[in-house]
Amino acid sequence: MRKLLSLTLMALAGSTAFAGGYRVSLQGQKQLAMGHTGVAVVNSAEAAFFNPAGLSFLEDKFNLSVGANALFAKTKFQNETYNWKNSTENMGTPFNVYASYKINKWLTAGLAVYTPYGSAVEWDKDWEGSHLVNNIDLQAIYIQPTISVKVSDEFSFGGGPIYVTGSVEFNRNLNRNLTDENGNRSDVTLDAKGITAWGYTAGFMFNPCKKLRLGVNYRSEIIMEARGGDAKFNDIPLIAQGTYSDTSFDADLPLPAEITAGLSYNITDKWMVAFDYNRTLWRAYDALVVDFANNVPTSYNARNYHDTNTYRVGTQYKANDKFTFRAGWYKDESPISAGYFAPETPRNDSMGYTGGLTYQVTKKLGIDASFLYLHFDEVNASYDHYTESTVVNGQPVISTIPFSGTYKNTVFSPGLGLTYSF
Amino acid sequence: MKNKFIYFAVLAAMGLASCEPEFENEVSNASYSSGEADFTSYVALGNSLSAGYIDGTISKGGQQYSFPLMLSQQFALVGGGEFTQPDFSMDANNVGGLLLGGMPITDPVTGANLFPTRMVFDESQLKPENINAVSTNDVSERQFRAYHNMGVPGMKSFHAVYSGYGSLTGLGTGTANPWYVRHATADDATVLGDAMQMNPTFFTNWIGDMDVLAYATSGGAGSTAGIGANDITPFPVFEAAYDAVLNTLTANGTNDVKGVLCTIPYVTSIPYFTTVPYAPLSPAALGGEANITALNSQLYGPLNAIFTAYGEPNRVRLLSATAANPVLIVDENAQDRTAQITGALMMQGYDAPTATAFGQIFGKARQSTANDLIVLPASSYIGTTNAMAPAPVNINGVTNPLADKWVLTQVEIADVKDATDQINAHIRSKESANIAIADMNVVMKQLVSGLRVEDGSIYTANYFNGTNISTVLFSLDGVHPNPRGYAVITNELIKVINKHFKAKLPYKNSASYPGINLVTTN
Repeated sequence: MRKLLSLTLMALAGSTAFAGGYRVSLQGQKQLAMGHTGVAVVNSAEAAFFNPAGLSFLEDKFNLSVGANALFAKTKFQNETYNWKNSTENMGTPFNVYASYKINKWLTAGLAVYTPYGSAVEWDKDWEGSHLVNNIDLQAIYIQPTISVKVSDEFSFGGGPIYVTGSVEFNRNLNRNLTDENGNRSDVTLDAKGITAWGYTAGFMFNPCKKLRLGVNYRSEIIMEARGGDAKFNDIPLIAQGTYSDTSFDADLPLPAEITAGLSYNITDKWMVAFDYNRTLWRAYDALVVDFANNVPTSYNARNYHDTNTYRVGTQYKANDKFTFRAGWYKDESPISAGYFAPETPRNDSMGYTGGLTYQVTKKLGIDASFLYLHFDEVNASYDHYTESTVVNGQPVISTIPFSGTYKNTVFSPGLGLTYSF
Repeated sequence: MKNKFIYFAVLAAMGLASCEPEFENEVSNASYSSGEADFTSYVALGNSLSAGYIDGTISKGGQQYSFPLMLSQQFALVGGGEFTQPDFSMDANNVGGLLLGGMPITDPVTGANLFPTRMVFDESQLKPENINAVSTNDVSERQFRAYHNMGVPGMKSFHAVYSGYGSLTGLGTGTANPWYVRHATADDATVLGDAMQMNPTFFTNWIGDMDVLAYATSGGAGSTAGIGANDITPFPVFEAAYDAVLNTLTANGTNDVKGVLCTIPYVTSIPYFTTVPYAPLSPAALGGEANITALNSQLYGPLNAIFTAYGEPNRVRLLSATAANPVLIVDENAQDRTAQITGALMMQGYDAPTATAFGQIFGKARQSTANDLIVLPASSYIGTTNAMAPAPVNINGVTNPLADKWVLTQVEIADVKDATDQINAHIRSKESANIAIADMNVVMKQLVSGLRVEDGSIYTANYFNGTNISTVLFSLDGVHPNPRGYAVITNELIKVINKHFKAKLPYKNSASYPGINLVTTN
């Protein structure tokens, strides 16, 4: 069953697991190999994502980059107090397509399709944290028509609107013990498909001298507003079916804004280094509030994310006409505050190690390969905002039930891509 | 060069893909320890609370949630051996109950089935019922085997050392216990002797409850110092039996046997006594205002006048048409006003036989007060018609006082509390390096105001009311815990064992254990 689901997930492009929060930093084979730097790099059509301003500095008239990653994420969980041991393995295939076309000397048009946010985590059904999550599958595909304007050889700017189409499926048990008459745990599946939203991206690039480029890019916050999604309650005992009946729900999930600044420097004609700094405005994710259409009580799940910094460094060495090698490193902060570590996004701070190469088959066609290894330290963490209510001497009493344990993640992702330009 | 590189890349990719997350300190059996205790052979001595008795019986499924079995599962992490329980494989349909020679075991007087099937909550009726099925556990199919779980429902302290408690023929004379007859190693075996056959290296001993509980659950119908089924065991008898049990358990050859003794709870903290309020009669239940006026003018008014005339103005008061009313009960400790009632009625023109009958019915009657506890089964008895009494004085609790067995009066409550305190003081005095005390009395007392357990959950002693399905700890019989309750008990014992014997055992995830057994129809 699990295998089958993994296969299904694999078929669903854009469904992934990730680094900090539910951000997936895998937006291009060349740039990923360089530590996912790129705001001040002019390498390929991948610039449509990293900084649209860079597209107009590309030399070829037409540039195409397509790629995909196979992302393997493993999480292990344990709790000594209760002798709990669990793990989850998930696979995702984020992809991207970038194209640019030089209309004239100063104007370049482009199109970018990519998947910067997503999450697929599937724990064993009814595991110890099943009152928080059994499984989640969040997908968002960004489609971004782009223009890039070269003001001079020293300065360009660019940007475009972003159309997002996405879906979310989430399942968890209603609480820690409710079952139907046959002992099956009661759960709810929230399913919202075809959610659409708009945002934008904009950036500029500045080349103070031939060897140095500076870049800044901003991608706006986009709120995925699920309206009228399906809420399906499963395995509810007869006595509770009056309350928990299938209905529709509304919920908002923010895909936070990201601002990036960085530089690249050509040490020699063949050797380049790049540095990027990202700030992701995760504070937008204050709580996941699921509002049901019927009398099922609104589900309020505190998240209280905070803004995060990511520091990236990458390098590229053009060995000859056929081979280019790349490597990089980054440090990614988790947006999750102490006491808010929910197992639906079981990620803490990480270090990314990347590498890759391009093999230029012909002058026009290149094959890009990359890999990413994300290292996480094990972390003792808890989610302290799950509550249950009881009645003591006729008075309702709310008790907070923390869910804690030790988590350890590993994430590995090889990727392949093609570049075609003329 | 190109090929080599690709091979290398593929190998590296495969290597990294197989990277498993690993903890610095992986939780494993090595994370835990038995401390100073030796769990090689753990034996649980006790009554229904140790046997895994849930919903009024032991069933094949219910037995899997006995606290000794849960405890043994934790012991198994640190060298604990096999833990056996009496065989319930013949309970094919998991309905519990007992038969004898293929027939139900009934009360010789009332004919009621003494060992019915387990209780379930019937969602179509919104009330608990015995599951509609026939028991397949026959006492005659004897096992003649000792087990690690020597919890015998109903066993009092002195029964543990009584030879003949497991005798099939003793069932006829009421000196044997059918639960024990099922597996006693011989007709003349003792529960303690069978327990010792398991060569315990560690034990829990939770006896003493039944030495007071049966008196209480029978509404104080028994004696406060006797060895009958519904009596409070005289303290010297308890003391002698308890000490004999403890001395035997700890004197197992050269073994340095350790164990835990559990104190017994106050019955006032279990739903059997706290569910039915002392004033359960709503104006609607009494048939509305017109009916209440009639009851007051014909019964409550005259009774009140007579009691008031003899200096007891509060013994019976007029029924309220706006608030819930108490029930009429027979209080064996009340002033006997039989003669006065008979006399007053004759003066009002009643014939002598009627006046005498009324005098006898109401002579020791009074209304219940907040100091009385009404037993759980009374909820389906109050307000019904009493076939033994003439109309109109035949409505139970309304025009016909409830008998002693339905109510635990203030005096009886005090008797129970005194006996409980005396027993617990004795148990607590046994604490030593080898003997830990699990003060279940203190734990259960917290259920009244809300017991906060280690995971943050708050539990109460509330009986299942249809909505508290996730927080209820007691099973439908109102006396015994449900699986979740037994898991909470297991965790309390683990706390004690970890502390006293410097062991390190993990807790059970009590919240995830089942609560009330629901059926859509019965």
